[in-house]
Amino acid sequence: MSALVVEPWLVLSFAAVIFFIGLTGVLIRRNILVLLMCIELMLNAVNLTFVMFSKQLENLGGQMAVFFIMTVAAAEAAVGLGLVIALFRTLRTVDTDQIQLLKE
Amino acid sequence: MDLNPYFFFAFAGLAVAFALMVVLKKNPVASAFSLVMVFFCFAAIYAMMNAHLVATLQVLVYAGAIMVLFIFVIMLLAVDVESFDLGRSHRGLRVTAGVMTSTLLALFVWMFRNTSTFGKHGTHTLEQIQAVGGNTQAVSQLMFSDYILPFELTSVLLLAGIVGAVAIAKRQSARKEAK
Repeated sequence: MSALVVEPWLVLSFAAVIFFIGLTGVLIRRNILVLLMCIELMLNAVNLTFVMFSKQLENLGGQMAVFFIMTVAAAEAAVGLGLVIALFRTLRTVDTDQIQLLKE
Repeated sequence: MDLNPYFFFAFAGLAVAFALMVVLKKNPVASAFSLVMVFFCFAAIYAMMNAHLVATLQVLVYAGAIMVLFIFVIMLLAVDVESFDLGRSHRGLRVTAGVMTSTLLALFVWMFRNTSTFGKHGTHTLEQIQAVGGNTQAVSQLMFSDYILPFELTSVLLLAGIVGAVAIAKRQSARKEAK
């Protein structure tokens, strides 16, 4: 019974695992679309941390914070993908290594 | 925490597996669909933690709106394979990133393990939320009382986002027409 109880630190660690998978993706991937997806992964990990603390501290303010983070994530995705489209029109690539406009 | 451990570990394991696939899959469409599965696993965990409104919004906003936007842009660009992946990143960078993030992760897990969550407890106990009429009712009441100003400001943010996205994505074609 006591061996299989979901402790708060387990939930926080799970969120940290997802966050660092997203961070690794931002560091190693070169496709800008996958980079944006990894940012969404990190935002989700933060949301889970907020919900965990909201439950643990019996305060619904954490779930309100999740609501606002979701709004910002939606706006960020819309603007970010608009930037990707504009970038692709100019450079015909989505590879971050090919974006060297300031080099010339 | 009164979570069902079997379901929690099942959904957490699935989420970690799919998150790894988001990062490691070469095809961005495969990454996008793995990300949808991660979002669904998160929604399940939110629902288990009695955050029903957040779980619903997770499915509607993330798995619905944001992922449709991503997949739409991937399809719209119609990028051939070589411009999507001109080769993997440098081996040294990959190893450094892996070592660095796993060290940080180990530090975080150690810290979570050895500290307890403390702080001032709020008034939203399970009984109080039940008395108000459930999680959605309680969150909505909070949203339209204490958080009314930030809630209204999000509409300004979304409007700015819409205008910005249209302006950025349309600029090039408008310039071409001017020529």
